[in-house]
Amino acid sequence: MSVTALKTSKAFPDLSRVPAVDEVGVSERVARFQTRSIKKASKVEALKMILSMIDLTTLEGQDTPGKVRHLCQKAIHLHDALPDLPHVAAVCVYPTMVGVAKQALEGHDINIASVATAFPSGMSSLDVKLDDARMAVDAGANEIDMVISRGAFLAGEYGYVFDEITAVKEACGDAHLKVILETGELGTLDRVRRASVLAMHAGADFIKTSTGKIQPAATMQVTLVMLQAIKDYYYQTGRMVGMKPAGGISKAKLAVHYLVMLRETLGMAWMTPEWFRFGASSLANDVLMQLMKQSTGVYQSSDYFSKD
Amino acid sequence: MATPENKLAFDGGWEYDPAPEGVEHIRAKKRYGLYIGGKFVAAEKGRTFDTINPATEEKLARVAQASELDVDKAVKAARKAYTGPWGRMKASERGKYIFRIARIMQERAREFAAIESLDGGKPIRESRDVDVPLAAAHFFYYAGWADKLEYAFPGRKAKSLGVAGQVIPWNFPLLMAAWKLAPALACGNTAVLKPAETTPLTALKLAEVIADADLPPGVVNIITGAGDTGAAIVNHPGVDKVAFTGSTGVGRIIQKALAGTNKKYTLELGGKAANIIFADAAIDQAVEGIVNGIFFNQGHVCCAGSRLFVQEAVAEEVIQKLKDRMETLIVGDPLDKNTDIGAINSSMQLEKIQSYLEIGQQEGGTMHQSSCSVPETGYWCRPTIFTGVSQSNRVVQEEIFGPVLAIQTFRTFDEALSKANNTPYGLSGGVWTDKGAKIFKMTQSVRAGVVWANTFNKFDPSSPFGGYKESGVGREGGLHGLDAYVKLGV
Repeated sequence: MSVTALKTSKAFPDLSRVPAVDEVGVSERVARFQTRSIKKASKVEALKMILSMIDLTTLEGQDTPGKVRHLCQKAIHLHDALPDLPHVAAVCVYPTMVGVAKQALEGHDINIASVATAFPSGMSSLDVKLDDARMAVDAGANEIDMVISRGAFLAGEYGYVFDEITAVKEACGDAHLKVILETGELGTLDRVRRASVLAMHAGADFIKTSTGKIQPAATMQVTLVMLQAIKDYYYQTGRMVGMKPAGGISKAKLAVHYLVMLRETLGMAWMTPEWFRFGASSLANDVLMQLMKQSTGVYQSSDYFSKD
Repeated sequence: MATPENKLAFDGGWEYDPAPEGVEHIRAKKRYGLYIGGKFVAAEKGRTFDTINPATEEKLARVAQASELDVDKAVKAARKAYTGPWGRMKASERGKYIFRIARIMQERAREFAAIESLDGGKPIRESRDVDVPLAAAHFFYYAGWADKLEYAFPGRKAKSLGVAGQVIPWNFPLLMAAWKLAPALACGNTAVLKPAETTPLTALKLAEVIADADLPPGVVNIITGAGDTGAAIVNHPGVDKVAFTGSTGVGRIIQKALAGTNKKYTLELGGKAANIIFADAAIDQAVEGIVNGIFFNQGHVCCAGSRLFVQEAVAEEVIQKLKDRMETLIVGDPLDKNTDIGAINSSMQLEKIQSYLEIGQQEGGTMHQSSCSVPETGYWCRPTIFTGVSQSNRVVQEEIFGPVLAIQTFRTFDEALSKANNTPYGLSGGVWTDKGAKIFKMTQSVRAGVVWANTFNKFDPSSPFGGYKESGVGREGGLHGLDAYVKLGV
């Protein structure tokens, strides 16, 4: 089956074939990743890679055009004191702020991601959700971060969730679709795995852990289960799906462990911003602080790094 | 499943830089004598041998080689301590000494871990996270029993045996010393312990700990040497109890030698454990369990999960995932914190493993090894799996004691069970399924001392360990482990 055929056919997956997940085993594997010691050049390389994978995010009720412009400025100028820094992958904002971001990022190779589909709860009708997504795309978003209907999923209405994702995917047009599972509301890793499979078969370009509005947000355990689902899907269909852990990753060291996990689960092909993102607001500055430490040998005060 | 064009790539790109554990902090001597009667002394005949680092083939230290004369001296020192201060000591006081050994060992954990990796070739991650903490945990656990033996054997009076002669292997040098010494001391015995000739250093460091803990001289004697030294311990008339861990071949010789004597004994011998993966298992975690089962400690584990049984419906998937996982295993410098698989313990063991790789292929098995490179000096074996083999293949039947896994498929529960038990060994086993009832059915039917469910190679001082059939006699660890070091009266 060719890749394009797969994208349009959207067959409902055989959920009985989704393998079980053992939570104890997942945690043990995660602990192994965390014992990897990443030093020297490999650390610098990792830190730069992390910067390039960040979706710099502001998703507040109090967001204003001013706030979003500040964020975009930060996205372009992460820390000019350090030469040869990559820029972040995208800024992530609410649909009403997409236009502002588009203007602020004019001429820069930074994507505009927008949450949509009645984010963060997803508690609205399909029509409203589709309009929400279309509005963001029309305003210039090239990435849409949708939320699944967790209520429907938990009620076992998998067909509804599947159809909703396929509909949103269609509404996105050429924009990339990230599907947020909100794993903190799914309760078990078995459900995380099942929801991952549903989302990928329904056409997700990325699967994403969390909105950032619910605790727990991204964890390494949840992310590992999703990476393993991506791997199985890739082996079955030949199509690569991206991964975005979001929320709760604010330290460089933790982000490096995510990269270790990515490297040892999906391999080198996924280690680019095209296939892996961190949804984060404060991670960038901690990474920058570590990078400065690597080049100067000392930690600087957080006041030397711009906060926008 | 995977086709050649959508294989995952695990090499190139971002690599981990070397992260070696420092060795400056180690205080090791270039020469070690025999620890007898609370002192390090030269061997009577002045003989020595070298212990080397299997990762570099460089000499680490020269140690004394004990002859029958030295064994006799050690047993007499142990007897003197037994009839003297140790035998007269209150059990609660005895317990304090054992607690003290445990605590000092914990304080020197970093040094023990580094020496264990240098001398034996195991990755520092394992010596640091498994061997040393578990060894200390054994002393802590049995220290607690010292004054509570009446509760271990209700209604019976537990008496110590006397002098224990203990011979241990090279795969977990410090941990095996702890397994042997801790219950012996807790029950009021004294001991003569011989570490394996390729890995004597941590046992000698343990002798220093025992000296620093102020144990009365002669309570623990640690003497180094090869097989003949071990034989001299086993055959010494002054020894009341023999504890041996090692090969089934040597175990047989010991059992023959002990027949007709009054010596109590425990033998912990070889294994060829079945690790059974059902189709309803959590597959990704089961793959991790396979890796932990066979590649832990380079496969130098008597309870290694060396026979894998995978239900046919998921066999292709499991094997593909296992191959991917093998590509991410880092083979190399045991002192590097990122190393997953270290050096093979000795050239002799490497030759044995390599001969089995030949045999496996000659018998028609398909061999697959991870694509990693290995250092030029030292003893190395890449993680290896055999497919297309059956119960009739030697790589399935015989203990290889290396990172070599033999994979078979099965269709039904009964088939898996009958093949799992179709071995002269019976030390351990593993079962992987999401269904609780199947776990109980399988674990009750596999004839092995330890059967793990949805995990593998987990150890705890409170859990007994030992074999069925050719895997040995007696149990070590836990409450059962006390039984081996007491005689029960009323």
